[in-house]
Amino acid sequence: MRNYRVRTRHARIDLAKPLTFSFDGKRYGAYAGDTLASALLAHGTRMLARSFKYGRPRGIIGAGPEESNALVQVEAGALTIPNLKATQVELYDGLAAFRTTGTPSLSFDLKSLGGRFSRFMPAGFYYKTFKPRSLWPKFEHIIRHAAGYGSAPREPDPETYDHQHHHVEVLVVGGGACGLLAALLAGRAGLDVLLIDEQNEPGGWLLSSPESTIGGLAVPDWLKCVLGELSTMKNVRILSRTTAFALHDLNMIQAVELLQDHLAPSARTKGSPRQRLHRIRAGRVVLATGAIERPLVFGNNDLPGILTASAITTYLNRYAVTVGRRVLLLTSNDYAYQGACDLAAAGCSVTLADTRMMLNPEWEKRARAAGVEVIAGHGIAFATGGREVRGAQLVRLDAERNSVAGKGPFVECDALGSSGGLSPTVHLYCHDGGRPQWDDDRLAFVAPATGRSAAGIYCAGAITGAFGLSEALEQTHLTVNELIIGAGKSRVEAPFALGSDEPRARAPRRIFRVSDGLPEGRGKKAFVDFQNDVAASDIHLAVRENYRSIEHIKRYTALGFGTDQGKLSNVNGFAIAAEVMGRTIPEVGTTTYRPAYTPVTFGTLAGPHQGDTFEPRRYTAMHACHVARNAVFEPVGQWLRPWYFPRSGEDMHAAVRRECLAARRGVAMTDASTLGKIDLRGKDVREFLNRVYANAWTQLAPGKCRYGLMLDENGMVMDDGVTACITDNHFLMTTTTSGAARVLTWLEKWHQTEWPGLDVYMTSVTDHWATAAVVGPKSREVLAKVCKDIDLSPGAFKFMDWRAGTVAGVPARVFRISFSGELAFEVNVDASCGSHVWEAFMEAGHELGITPYGTETMHVLRAEKGYIIVGQDTDGSMTPFDLDMAWAVSMKKPFSFIGKRSLARSDTVRTDRKQLVGLLTDDPGTVLAEGAQIIESTAIKHPMPMLGHVTSSYFSPELGRSIALAVVRDGIKRRSEEGSKSGQNILYAWAGGKAHRVRLVSPVFVDPEGARQNA
Amino acid sequence: MFVFKCPFCQEAREEEEFAYGGEAFIARPDAPDQTNEATWGDYLFTRKNPKGWHWEMWFHATGCRKFFVVKRNTATHAIAGSWPLAEGRKLYDAEGGGA
Repeated sequence: MRNYRVRTRHARIDLAKPLTFSFDGKRYGAYAGDTLASALLAHGTRMLARSFKYGRPRGIIGAGPEESNALVQVEAGALTIPNLKATQVELYDGLAAFRTTGTPSLSFDLKSLGGRFSRFMPAGFYYKTFKPRSLWPKFEHIIRHAAGYGSAPREPDPETYDHQHHHVEVLVVGGGACGLLAALLAGRAGLDVLLIDEQNEPGGWLLSSPESTIGGLAVPDWLKCVLGELSTMKNVRILSRTTAFALHDLNMIQAVELLQDHLAPSARTKGSPRQRLHRIRAGRVVLATGAIERPLVFGNNDLPGILTASAITTYLNRYAVTVGRRVLLLTSNDYAYQGACDLAAAGCSVTLADTRMMLNPEWEKRARAAGVEVIAGHGIAFATGGREVRGAQLVRLDAERNSVAGKGPFVECDALGSSGGLSPTVHLYCHDGGRPQWDDDRLAFVAPATGRSAAGIYCAGAITGAFGLSEALEQTHLTVNELIIGAGKSRVEAPFALGSDEPRARAPRRIFRVSDGLPEGRGKKAFVDFQNDVAASDIHLAVRENYRSIEHIKRYTALGFGTDQGKLSNVNGFAIAAEVMGRTIPEVGTTTYRPAYTPVTFGTLAGPHQGDTFEPRRYTAMHACHVARNAVFEPVGQWLRPWYFPRSGEDMHAAVRRECLAARRGVAMTDASTLGKIDLRGKDVREFLNRVYANAWTQLAPGKCRYGLMLDENGMVMDDGVTACITDNHFLMTTTTSGAARVLTWLEKWHQTEWPGLDVYMTSVTDHWATAAVVGPKSREVLAKVCKDIDLSPGAFKFMDWRAGTVAGVPARVFRISFSGELAFEVNVDASCGSHVWEAFMEAGHELGITPYGTETMHVLRAEKGYIIVGQDTDGSMTPFDLDMAWAVSMKKPFSFIGKRSLARSDTVRTDRKQLVGLLTDDPGTVLAEGAQIIESTAIKHPMPMLGHVTSSYFSPELGRSIALAVVRDGIKRRSEEGSKSGQNILYAWAGGKAHRVRLVSPVFVDPEGARQNA
Repeated sequence: MFVFKCPFCQEAREEEEFAYGGEAFIARPDAPDQTNEATWGDYLFTRKNPKGWHWEMWFHATGCRKFFVVKRNTATHAIAGSWPLAEGRKLYDAEGGGA
């Protein structure tokens, strides 16, 4: 096993704490403080993955969230997490990680065979190949199997997650030099500060460049000093391992904190959250998010062992790992020089090729003094190697143009780092509409140094293009003082000199794709986006095929998709597209930066809102009674309602049949507590009802009830229910179960916005009352046993009356209303007495065979009577006339009730609208599928007119046959006597791949005269 | 996520507590039955849908259950303020009907 660990003074690993981990089943040693990436590199592991499209060998390329290749699966079973970046996985003892690509193995990958035919898989391959869409289903399975990375866990997640809300005066995003300075200044100004940082410890790039100085202090000492002061400030809090992944309107930032991911599962505190979502509402935000180095694009630049130069520097200084022993660096700027010096000091043989002719003399001097071989004016034509880099062919570049001026030397190496400049991490700045600006001197899309201070967003440090340490600190000092003064505090002087010993930077060379002297596509593949296998030639092809918008080029080539979201590739891609199109980079612009900055687990987003706490579950006051009687429940909105009550050996069909027949022929009872109930009081309630319902309410006397149809302003039925007049100034409205909240809001809106003068007070009393509906020809007999103070005789207590009285010793309101068409009493009592009254009825009705029934029987009974369910038999396009319910509409009321005018619109008065009808199949045993389309003929040809659809369909035990309700164009005429004579009443319902002949009839199948409910 | 100041509760609260109530100040014609088809159609369906400042209603659904008006910029999401309906109406009219 190879060993690339070196001794460095300031590394952040703890050599006193060794640990072991495994990758793909093989065990390795590491130290506390290592990431999976640093530990694998320490063992010389180069190839960790196979590429997405061509199966090419890939290794670690970055050191943080920019990583595009090294996606791993961590742990197995319920705890497994797919597609983590090895660069972000903090090691713990016993960690088990696995590759996510490579079939059957990393060393032999089937896709790599395809790689040889890669010229047959250009950009847009899928669009082109599957243009005849009929081909796609044949290949989808194969392609889906070949694509993708890790796999999601199949077991429920055993871990818990948490949400926390913050309100702070200042939020600082990023704990590098500038973020820490910003927190220090704002903290000294007395502001309430929260600093969040993605890493396991604050410091940012300073952790990778410990040899720098700030104000004469060595960086490690500076950090100690600043963190020390911050820790004493009560108004400053720091959250590490916390990534701000979204910035929303009004400075709402979402961040995810990894609380226990860095601990072995056995060491995690059970019951404590694994991750926490922070939702931070900040008065002012300082974005000190830094920058990410982008690689240069050259032939075979995807070989394992080729990283960004800054990643190589980070592995050395932070993790004490040299990625190779012979290191070749390629740069277009000054930033790679410090790393080159550090590598040389660590004993590596280092060659630094700079694409510029004119080097920064100070850096050149320092590099040469450190023993670095410096070659000016050269690029790399291509790298060589099979599964890892072995060397690179340099070329001499033209001084001005990006073209080859001559051959260069071949340099052997076992690690190659490139630096094409820095790309500021502007993502958060752009999430709520900010656009980055192209800085042509720094060759970067930057956030403006002024931020958007009017909105309270300030930008500090490298995000603004201030890449040098001292200029970044000075810019931060200025900006944060603007913030402090804006917040009404006094200016804070810099607590220390902000100068650093870095040489003054010299301009970078404008170069993205390093020329190899060949036309694009002829040389070795040069990758722009590693995760999606997008090469420079693909962008050329997209432009040749006339894609012009960068958003289209992105989608055509897949540039910038995936878990890294183009952190390394985007700017190179934009620049290459600009070059090919002959436009400037700002003309081409950027794609849109959208949340999330890095992937966030679903567990974190859901937090505690999962399982039983996802949505409240509502139970009626009689729930325990139903459980005791073996009810099968169904969720209805938030409610859990009894569906049916099977006896032993009964299936649903048998139970529903028994329950239906009990209601029709004996006595049965159902829990109707879930109906929405709104208590309306005030002297104008009657008028209010006249306006919000289609019916007339003026004549409804105390003690009486009326069924009402509620329309929206388009004249369409939106709710229905029975309203009772308690006194002249007091009414009780019932709504559909699912419409309860919506209707209350609707009523309040009209009252507040249109008719504030009406004296009406509304209260939801749904939960205050428990309702038992006692149904059937013997219901009066049962009620009489437990209710002695109401005259129940048919003459005294008529259908649609209500009476107050005592039921089972409890004050009750008894409504003689019916949703089954049978003689029925709906008994309302205080919710706390619900189960008592239910049990009293069960006992009183025992000898008469009282049968509890659920929602399924309720539906059968109401469908047999043609009673609609709003939302099932109606869909927001049904008027009362479409439902043949003109009797519920009073066109004579003086006030033009909601929806009335629309009933006279040309479209609503059409006679050929879809209308509610009953359907009978030829075969009484056939129960049509709900949703079945109604057609005119059995001769199926496409397209053919769809006349309507089945809305409700059941087997009716009472009739011994199937019944259905449907909405059918011109249905009322078709089912009339006239329609029957001409045969228009015969249509077909298309269900189960078959056209069933149906006869259109009245939707009232049982007791059309209504004799039973009036009994 | 917006933060609205409810003019009745006098509290700035998260959007979660509120529900959108549509464009504000759409007056129902006084005599709908005498209103012609085009005017009624406009009342039902025509909305300003501007890019810029928009007067709209919000409902403090989990708070005081009052409707109020908010002047909000649909392009920048800036919120100019929130008022009870009648007060907002005066400002709206002073601006020339939100034009």
